[in-house]
Amino acid sequence: MFKTDRVAVASLAVLLLLVVVAVAGKALTEWTAVIDPATVRLADKFLPPLSAASASLPPSDAPVGGAYLLGTDELGRDVFARMLQGSSVSLSIGFVAVGIATFIGILLGGLSGFYGNVRLGFITVDTLIMRFTDVMLCFPAFFLILTAVALLPPSIYNIMIIIGATSWMGTARFVRAEFLSLREQDFVMAAKALGVPDLRIIFRHMIPNALAPVLVTVTIGVADAILTESALSFLGFGAQPPYATWGNILSDGKGFIFDAPWLFFIPGAAIFIVVLSFNLVGESMREAINPRLRSRR
Amino acid sequence: MRSLLQRLLLLVIISVIAHGVVHLAPGEPSEVDPSNPRMKPEDIAKIRAAFHLDDPWYQQYGYWMRDLMTGELKSFKDSQPVLGKIYERFLNSLPLFACTVLIVWTLSFPIGIHAAIRRGAVFDRATTIVAYALISIPGFFLSYLVILWVVQALGVPVIGMRTFGIEDAHPLFQGMDRIWHLVIPSLMSALGGVAVLSRYVRSQMTEVIHQDYVRTASAKGLDPDTVIYRHALRNALLPFVTMFGLLLPALVGGSVIFEQIFAWPGLGRLAYDAIMSRDFPVILTINFFAAALTLAGTFLSDVLYAVVDPRIRLK
Repeated sequence: MFKTDRVAVASLAVLLLLVVVAVAGKALTEWTAVIDPATVRLADKFLPPLSAASASLPPSDAPVGGAYLLGTDELGRDVFARMLQGSSVSLSIGFVAVGIATFIGILLGGLSGFYGNVRLGFITVDTLIMRFTDVMLCFPAFFLILTAVALLPPSIYNIMIIIGATSWMGTARFVRAEFLSLREQDFVMAAKALGVPDLRIIFRHMIPNALAPVLVTVTIGVADAILTESALSFLGFGAQPPYATWGNILSDGKGFIFDAPWLFFIPGAAIFIVVLSFNLVGESMREAINPRLRSRR
Repeated sequence: MRSLLQRLLLLVIISVIAHGVVHLAPGEPSEVDPSNPRMKPEDIAKIRAAFHLDDPWYQQYGYWMRDLMTGELKSFKDSQPVLGKIYERFLNSLPLFACTVLIVWTLSFPIGIHAAIRRGAVFDRATTIVAYALISIPGFFLSYLVILWVVQALGVPVIGMRTFGIEDAHPLFQGMDRIWHLVIPSLMSALGGVAVLSRYVRSQMTEVIHQDYVRTASAKGLDPDTVIYRHALRNALLPFVTMFGLLLPALVGGSVIFEQIFAWPGLGRLAYDAIMSRDFPVILTINFFAAALTLAGTFLSDVLYAVVDPRIRLK
């Protein structure tokens, strides 16, 4: 699918690397605790990247290899270790939020596409669900997320759920449109005529055919979720300590932009590169599944 | 008429949902300052009673709607009328919104059209890269970078709406000062929109440029400008009429971030402060207000759609 597109291949490589880093980060910082992102070393605060740890540290506090690859922050915590830990948290916020959004989107879009004509009293299922989608589109999304996140107890699970619950509308519309056209196609008719149960038609025949545009939305959605989390962190509503996410390392770093610029630029650049990769991969998938665009390249 | 009624019904549903989100979530206005030793349990009970916080949610909804309609709605925090507060902040945000929308719509179209006409050329590739970069960078990160550079290199103001202490200056000078303060905030909040919209314009134009009627138009010898602007662009414009309404919520939502960065005393800052102090009436009314604006926007774009495209008639 991507063979001709070097940029997309490079972005995909970045994303695969990111997954490896995130798993490694999870393994090294939490499961075995080789690298400890929470160790406070006040003697070593604000050290620039690649500087050696001071000799006065007790051996248990010393960073791996005796040096700070990406420097230290205002409490002398190892930025490299925090970024490693943050990679898995940021990535799981992105994926879980988008997973929730996709689930709701496919469920509601599928319902209104497949059972759209069923009447519930005075309105059809389709009208009900699509009006609800319209309502959700009318809210300023970021403001709604902000309100809900700020009022609920702070936790990364709430952030995931709220971002997911407020970003399913595009998927629902896509899936509905796909289902409406698939429903009329011969293979679905044939399956119906053979007496295949509805659920089997939906899951075996229709969803696989409607999945391509959803995959694009998922890829770009992960990028958006990571950006939303960093924006929430900037306002002070993001993931709370002890969780380090790239968003809150960045927003903590903004206070030291002159004294310790690496605290600001490293997480900023990391978010930028990762979100850019997600967007580029998503965009090249969109071009790959759109035959009208492909033939003209 | 029917679509107007439908929208009014939507607005009611939206207000119920907004009310539900705020009131069903844990966290009470009376809990904001639990460490204050002067807050005795009876005081809290008094506050709760005064704000109707002990009533069931549908009664609270009734009170909110009644007070909103009569203009009696008071902020929990300082007992100022909510509508007055919002109106005052809205006036502050309005120039920012207007400038942002203006920049987004005037920059996106030339960029997108130009990129679409010469697909694969240097300009197309450069704008594609820049657009993806702008979409992918956290807004506040980019704003801080720009602030660092602008303050050192150009001396354009980046804080607040006006310079302090020039109230005695000539009105013309004050006006210039206000505009000068608008430059960077509106530019920064427009950049993301320019990136997204110019991509849409580009893909929309590429679709249209390859249609038969465009080929016919150039085949019969019309000059390229007429073909592009009279035949292609007019047909490519249709979807953007719809987008106009849907871009409004993003503007209000985004203002929370950008007004925070640039210390702009507008609607977004008011919303942020209200959320921080659990000021339910203000939060609710801003949500309601933004949703109403959006609905008005979509209604306007429906009407415009019928004007622009005679094939569609408003029922």
